[in-house]
Amino acid sequence: MTVTFPAAEIRRRTRELLAAHPPATTDRTEFLKARFDAGLAWIHYPVGLGGLDAPRFLQHVVDSELAEAGAPDNDPRRIGIGLGMAAPTVLRYGTDEQKERFLRPLWVGEEVWCQLFSEPGAGSDLAALGTRAVRDGDSWVVDGQKVWTSSAHVARWAILIARTDPDLPKHRGISYFICDMTDPGVEVRPLRQITGEAEFNEVFLTGVRIPDSRRLGPVGDGWKVAQTTLMNERVSIGGARIPREGGMIGTVARTWRERPELRTHDLHQRLLTLWVEAEVARLSGERLRQQLMAGQPGPEGSAMKLAFARLNQQISGLEVELLGEEGLLYSDWTMNRPELVDFTGRDAGYRYLRSKGNSIEGGTSEVLLNIVAERVLGLPPEPRNDKDVAWKDLSR
Amino acid sequence: MTAQTPQPAQDEPIPMPVLLYSEDEEDLRAAVRALLADRADAPGVIARVESDTPYDPRLWKALAADIGAAGLLVPEKLGGQGASYREAAVVLEELGRSVAPVPYLTSSVVATEVLLALAAQDGPVVELLGELAAGRRTAALAVPFSAPAADEAQPASAVTGRLEGTVTGVADAATADVLLVPTTDGLYAVETSADGVTVEPLVALDLTRPLATVVLDGATGVRVADAASAVPAVGRGLLVGAGLLASEQLGIAEWCLTETVRYTRERHQFNRPVGSFQSLKHRMAQLWLEIVSARAAARNAAGELATGSPDAPLAVAVAQAYCSGVAVHAAEECVQLHGGIGMTWEHPAHLYLKRAKADSIAYGTAGRHREVIAELVELPAP
Ligand SMILES: Cc1cc2nc3c(=O)[nH]c(=O)nc-3n(C[C@H](O)[C@H](O)[C@H](O)COP(=O)(O)OP(=O)(O)OC[C@H]3O[C@@H](n4cnc5c(N)ncnc54)[C@H](O)[C@@H]3O)c2cc1C
Repeated sequence: MTVTFPAAEIRRRTRELLAAHPPATTDRTEFLKARFDAGLAWIHYPVGLGGLDAPRFLQHVVDSELAEAGAPDNDPRRIGIGLGMAAPTVLRYGTDEQKERFLRPLWVGEEVWCQLFSEPGAGSDLAALGTRAVRDGDSWVVDGQKVWTSSAHVARWAILIARTDPDLPKHRGISYFICDMTDPGVEVRPLRQITGEAEFNEVFLTGVRIPDSRRLGPVGDGWKVAQTTLMNERVSIGGARIPREGGMIGTVARTWRERPELRTHDLHQRLLTLWVEAEVARLSGERLRQQLMAGQPGPEGSAMKLAFARLNQQISGLEVELLGEEGLLYSDWTMNRPELVDFTGRDAGYRYLRSKGNSIEGGTSEVLLNIVAERVLGLPPEPRNDKDVAWKDLSR
Repeated sequence: MTAQTPQPAQDEPIPMPVLLYSEDEEDLRAAVRALLADRADAPGVIARVESDTPYDPRLWKALAADIGAAGLLVPEKLGGQGASYREAAVVLEELGRSVAPVPYLTSSVVATEVLLALAAQDGPVVELLGELAAGRRTAALAVPFSAPAADEAQPASAVTGRLEGTVTGVADAATADVLLVPTTDGLYAVETSADGVTVEPLVALDLTRPLATVVLDGATGVRVADAASAVPAVGRGLLVGAGLLASEQLGIAEWCLTETVRYTRERHQFNRPVGSFQSLKHRMAQLWLEIVSARAAARNAAGELATGSPDAPLAVAVAQAYCSGVAVHAAEECVQLHGGIGMTWEHPAHLYLKRAKADSIAYGTAGRHREVIAELVELPAP
């Protein structure tokens, strides 16, 4: 591996940014904008779009310098869909105008994004979606219903896939758009979930006009564009290193240490087993990171999500039991519409319930196991009877 | 696939061992794999373990001397290769993949490591190390294969140089030239052919790694360490043995999954390859996930040992607590997903199941290693 972009140069630029915009006296958003303009937002992005065309693994040089200086953060949790999914898709398929327009406010956090993919009739089988987009001059007119849309209530923009040709087989007649969530015809209704809150929503699209200039990729090629989004959704490993006991296991381990009266032998056995699994998952993440650094990304990325989903669920389940009487309580069932998922700031019951979504959101564990089996292990595909049938002729 | 060892980026916040394989390691792997494919294919292994000489001396010579695998851990000035735990771990992955009956783990890793821990510059220890490194002789540590730590090593008693005692379940004792015997009076090197030494072969669950009971009845040997240095040396040997056993377990699991995928793609029932049934695909995908994790854990253990990190005991315990179960799970799934043929003696699956299950007890069970972890990271029992 040859490092063409030295860490020292990245550090120099970061210090320059800090000197020109001292965090203590600079407004948060102004600082983030300056950071974007200095190419230190996501350094592997192109120059002019918040990056330096530098190797991705050097990002931590920027991040640690800034953290040390107490610089503000763009809170990736709040803008996760924009950062993790919309941005790489816009970068890959967007026009120059689109990249110029969308990436900076996205990264700075001025504009939150959501993902209008899933529909009541098309979840795992996303390509079966039925939301229609019909061409009308320079625009498209969109009608349909989306569901489980996280953050739609705070989002300014959405990535949207819709059917533009029902006569083609389901994977073909789809196109990919950027939808303005403030446009007439977009209606967002909270959808309360298992935790009591409404983090996701139903979104009704009625005669929504989207200019053709907000299409991403060619007409009818939306499925291919969506693959970029979905791939990035699964491989959300940014090369960040987690310390030992960094995830949910740390919370439980702390409780275990601080509250000897809660300990039982059975819980001890389970805690140790999960501790080992969490440590091993951390090491697998580290190995993946090293592979990326060495320029040889393996298929492991798409599989990490599976491991974390299972671990989160088991650890949070154990935590509720460990707390015993307290585990019977729940902080608050009031329906609110949070801006972000807060695993650490809430109680064990919330963690237990919310983690159930980890094996559903972003592709279910069953579907991911199919992907591993077929694409990594090369096992024969499921028999299909929908590949060559026009979407409109599929049974629904 | 060859991998270049990445240079750690500057300012790494957390020191971590390299978990990938270097080009040299991949070369070593290729050499060992080619040799094993040639000399230790499955029918050959089955025939060999049923014969009177479970070890193939020609295979051992080629592996130990020609490839130089036996001396990987031994410094060059003592006649070895001066390589590290990482390379030895790669050899063990391949040996796990072929369940080859050779005394690599017991002689080239554990016994060698015990002797190295004595840090002798000359004398009988150095002489023996040189012979082990060259593969001319093999040694076995006379403690039960299941013993996780030096204090569970059932030391023999030694009175004025005469050894008395019985040690059960010693791996590879029957083929060893020398036994390293922990006693109340220190560590002795005892020739298996010496008077007063009886090595009684046992019928072992794992056909590919024979066990024996060692009976000492007034045997004599060379005292290579006093009691004070013997205990830590034996402990070191067992720690390294447990740490590198994880790589053998990784190799076992990999073979089991690869063969199961191959077989279920070819085998048809209900007019489909059985590998296209989702209930099977998910099980194999799950195994793949476990193997990905096992590789990270095993590489981490080898890496922490190689850098002499104070975290090595934790890394070893984590690797053992995890990899044991993965190897057994993979071998059990291998038998099940092969159907009737998986239960058949001629098919090698059983060799892997037996090795995996025996390995899950060797150098301490997973549960025992979890206890170690509980202590190291301060998660005490009630
Ligand atoms: C918390 C949360 C947030 C979400 N946020 C968003 C969002 O922001 N935007 C968005 O577009 N979507 C979002 N989703 C939707 C999510 O992507 C879908 O729920 C998911 O893809 C599953 O689809 P489904 O709900 O229709 O389940 P279904 O596809 O109907 O699945 C039902 C069951 O069948 C199984 N199944 C389906 N197909 C197969 C198969 N081929 N093989 C084996 N088993 C199968 C599934 O695994 C599942 O167990 C969110 C979901 C959750 C839980």
